[in-house]
Amino acid sequence: MRSGPPIAPRRAAVHVARTVWNDAIIPLGDRALTVTMPGADGRALVRCLADRVRADAPPGMTALVPAIESLTIHYDPLRSSFGSLRSYLTQAFVTLEITPVTVAEPVLIPVCYGGEFGPDLDDVAAAHATTADAIIAAHSGGLYTVAMIGFLPGFPYLEGLAPALHTPRRATPRTAVPAGSVGIGGSSTGVYPFASPGGWQIIGRTPRALFSPTREPPALLQAGDRVRFTPITTAALRALLEQP
Amino acid sequence: MIHVRQPGIQTTVQDLGRPNWQHAGVPVGGAMDLQAHRIASILVGNDLHAAALECALGGVALQFTSAALVALAGRDVTASLDGTPIVPWRAFRVERGALLALHTGCRTTIAVAGGIDVPIVLDARGTSLRAGFGGWEGRAIRRDDQLPIGRPSSLSERIRDHLVEARLTIARWGAGPDLLPAYSDAPTVRIIEGPQFAELDDASRTLLLGDSFRIAPDSDRMGYRLSGHALRLTTPREMLSSGVTAGTIQLPPGGAPLVLMADRQTTGGYPRLGDVITADLPLMAQLRPGDHVRFVLTELDVAQDQYRRIEHDLARAQRALQLRFAAGTDGSY
Repeated sequence: MRSGPPIAPRRAAVHVARTVWNDAIIPLGDRALTVTMPGADGRALVRCLADRVRADAPPGMTALVPAIESLTIHYDPLRSSFGSLRSYLTQAFVTLEITPVTVAEPVLIPVCYGGEFGPDLDDVAAAHATTADAIIAAHSGGLYTVAMIGFLPGFPYLEGLAPALHTPRRATPRTAVPAGSVGIGGSSTGVYPFASPGGWQIIGRTPRALFSPTREPPALLQAGDRVRFTPITTAALRALLEQP
Repeated sequence: MIHVRQPGIQTTVQDLGRPNWQHAGVPVGGAMDLQAHRIASILVGNDLHAAALECALGGVALQFTSAALVALAGRDVTASLDGTPIVPWRAFRVERGALLALHTGCRTTIAVAGGIDVPIVLDARGTSLRAGFGGWEGRAIRRDDQLPIGRPSSLSERIRDHLVEARLTIARWGAGPDLLPAYSDAPTVRIIEGPQFAELDDASRTLLLGDSFRIAPDSDRMGYRLSGHALRLTTPREMLSSGVTAGTIQLPPGGAPLVLMADRQTTGGYPRLGDVITADLPLMAQLRPGDHVRFVLTELDVAQDQYRRIEHDLARAQRALQLRFAAGTDGSY
């Protein structure tokens, strides 16, 4: 599935380890810790360290939560400790190699833009003094990266929204945004996996389930995935929504 | 089967939660007060992964369509069985057709021998309310729901037989005071300093560690909003979202701190002032809107020592019950 050009891995900058490392690992309560890796290499370091920790599965680890510039490890203090995990991470970091992102085919998310399923599309177009069609073309023309999963089960924080589409959140959040709604909030775009209150500008709706607890894996996307939105008609959306 | 006559304000099927699906954004969930929940499980002879009911406040009435062994756990529990008062922290027998009423409580666990028999979804049986899966149809229970009960363990059967032979409804033994959290409507709760604690202005730091906060009415299983004092950082800051945990105290822009509880999101983007230690989470979990809480700083080592002590005490209590009702004994000393 994933393939890419063979690029030589490079060693993580060891000076980062010396200067930042002691402050980079901090306790998160008494059963978790967070490793923070800001800076130009931060995202790549998080990705590579997460891969490494997942593969090593240090004893006592109960969950691994990658975020944009940080990695949180939850652990059971009966089987591990902050000190032992910090030692492990320090060792792992010293030998960590930044491997290139393996270029996977983007996940295609069909979207019915505008109309009753995208009530804010015209407002977004007006905010940028352009047409709804131009907004659709720009939004569906972008290639997005899943920076992290959080907020709701399967909710992707997508990076890569064209600056011409950056739009402030609605002045008054909606009390209920339907599941599958595709929105723009500031410089982010994303898809609501569940009906939820929300303040993003809703420009369309996808019939694809971003999260289904009975599917394997339950979340459609994971951190690092690429995403493209492809326009579909209202009829196509309705047909797909009606499928069980 | 349990026939729900009165569901109460919010009664959900809960267990130990889903810690290992946090990478997919799935809230951990599970019982708010994991100590009370596990004690109740132990008392009825259940496996610790069995599901129980968690009731917010009171007003719950359950009719049992078959005989059962039950235990209640939580703060300020008042309950009755066919009109006869029932105390928490002890196992009791329920006859077929009997009506169990929970009059008052905070976060009361009702554990039934065999557990609430709902499907395992993503490794657990607890209800994920926001995502609408797990538990009983992914939602809080309603009037006239019929909740299936799992097959009781042989230990549960022996405990029940012992009560029958001793002609007791309620066990004479139960969880001793040493095993219970020091519940209060105004507890002092220990926290570990968080990354933005030092960025609080002097007045705010003094308030956080000196004064009491009130639990706001819009508090729920996701988190408790604290009212009474608005706190401020010396310099407001924008943050990237990152992992949070049970007890993380976040500071949203309005200045009212928010303590994350069982149904919290997996990540958060507000400044973090500290984290309530695991040993004191039951004290938070059993607070009602209008109750008060104070915070005091402690160290990671102290927190983990407390955690390990409670885990050992619970394991020992479970072993003691298993030994007492080991196959071939009658449960008497």
